[in-house]
Amino acid sequence: MRVVRDLEWQGPVPAGEGEYGDFFAAAAEGRLLIQQCPECGHRQHYPRAICTACGAEPEWMEAAGTGTVYTYTVVRQYGVPAFAELPYVLAMIDLPEGVRMFGGLTGIDPEAVEIGMPVAAYARTYDDTHAMVFWEPA
Amino acid sequence: MPSRHPVICGIGLSDYPVVPHLNSVQHHALAARRAIADCGIAKSAIDGYVSTSGGGPGAGDDAVSMAEYLGVNHRYIDGTMVGGSSFEFHVQHAAAAIREGLCDTVLVTYGSDQLTRMGRVLGTGGFQRDAQPVTGAMQMATPYGLPLVGAYALAARRHMHEFGTTSEQLAEIAVGIREFAGLNPDARYRDPITVDDVVNSRMIADPLHKLDCCVITDGGGALVMTTEEIARDLRQPLIYVLGAAGTQTHWNIHQMPDFTEMGAAVCGPEAFAQAGVTPADIDTAQLYDSFTITVMLMLEGLGFCGRGEGGAFVEEGHLRRGGSMPTNTDGGGLSSNHPGMRGIFLLIEAVRQLRGDAGEAQVPDAELALACGSGGWLSAIATVILGKDRPS
Repeated sequence: MRVVRDLEWQGPVPAGEGEYGDFFAAAAEGRLLIQQCPECGHRQHYPRAICTACGAEPEWMEAAGTGTVYTYTVVRQYGVPAFAELPYVLAMIDLPEGVRMFGGLTGIDPEAVEIGMPVAAYARTYDDTHAMVFWEPA
Repeated sequence: MPSRHPVICGIGLSDYPVVPHLNSVQHHALAARRAIADCGIAKSAIDGYVSTSGGGPGAGDDAVSMAEYLGVNHRYIDGTMVGGSSFEFHVQHAAAAIREGLCDTVLVTYGSDQLTRMGRVLGTGGFQRDAQPVTGAMQMATPYGLPLVGAYALAARRHMHEFGTTSEQLAEIAVGIREFAGLNPDARYRDPITVDDVVNSRMIADPLHKLDCCVITDGGGALVMTTEEIARDLRQPLIYVLGAAGTQTHWNIHQMPDFTEMGAAVCGPEAFAQAGVTPADIDTAQLYDSFTITVMLMLEGLGFCGRGEGGAFVEEGHLRRGGSMPTNTDGGGLSSNHPGMRGIFLLIEAVRQLRGDAGEAQVPDAELALACGSGGWLSAIATVILGKDRPS
């Protein structure tokens, strides 16, 4: 996964407590992590300390960083100063590994976004060692 | 043996939609005073209290603080907080407590000064007012700039993709509810609107327009629930709780398992089974209309129409005044009032209809009413079925 170093990020950032921190730290190294359960094989995202299917302790697994748009919206009004540059696209992405992930979708005219279109993940750092995951047309 | 079947015997509304002289605690209290006066019960008879904070952190209207403020020395208390549907869950819990004998008479209250204190930030102003780090599962969404409207827009877009639902069909929901608001002198917006008005209103988060979104107001409400036996000596007709069921499929929108199916598909059939009735039996529905899409998903989940058929169903006019199931007859959240958590108003309007007290919006001969609340982001859903006749 491509990593864009962007220390100018003005928006709110993830706190990264617990397992969340591992996810955002891996993203800054170009790895997109999801979780897989060693007991039942269930895969999940966001990361947690329990398998939501069987209750065992999940393990990390690296995803390919590809997906398709499951649904999306174009935000045209939002009163938070950090998001003054409107409009922008937010989407739910279906990963081939079987989980769904939320994120910003960039590098495309909002009017051109379509459900089902293939996308690829990239990471954008918000501090020296952590990054948020965004998506762009594949 | 005296019947412990739970009934709603008293209802009260505080003032809405714009009430700058009341804070959240005072909304709870005004609504409670009116609900107690409505049924004529001795306040000292109240031995159960159920509530949740409408004012949010710092408002001092959490359940234990409010029990003290209202002077309720409860034997049963519940502060369940699942967002806007909290009060449908409260009725489920209070009904069980009354039936079981944990207490006899429960006061349920809600109050919020959302509009006066916070302005209209709820939908598009963001929960996150500054750049403080976001904790918990919200950190997977909030940092990307997800407004409340945007979360519901994700569901609406997917529904359009899977079923060909149109903006005009969603708009029909808002138009019908606005017609009822015109009959409610207290409603926030009362002038009639058309489908064109809705689809030509400003786009907030595609595909949801401004008029697909609920209003933001102040307000409060209260219920008194008790046993059938006690209610017989009170002032108002008995309104029976025939069914009450709830469920949660997710909390954060990004964890919704299927963006076109809400938990109504689980708790709806359960509530109908408890009541021994079917969707076709319902005379009037009060459906949580945070956004037009919320109503459409609820209609499908509850079984009023098939999955994906919500668009065609609303176009047939069932929800309208004079339709087969007049819906949100007080003007709903889309046009009347929405102080942040609207669930209690659904129950109050359902009771007014069953009492025959709904004025110009009265559904003729209404005998069965359904209230369905949605809390969070289409997350925690509960269905309550009320009837004017004693269950057999």
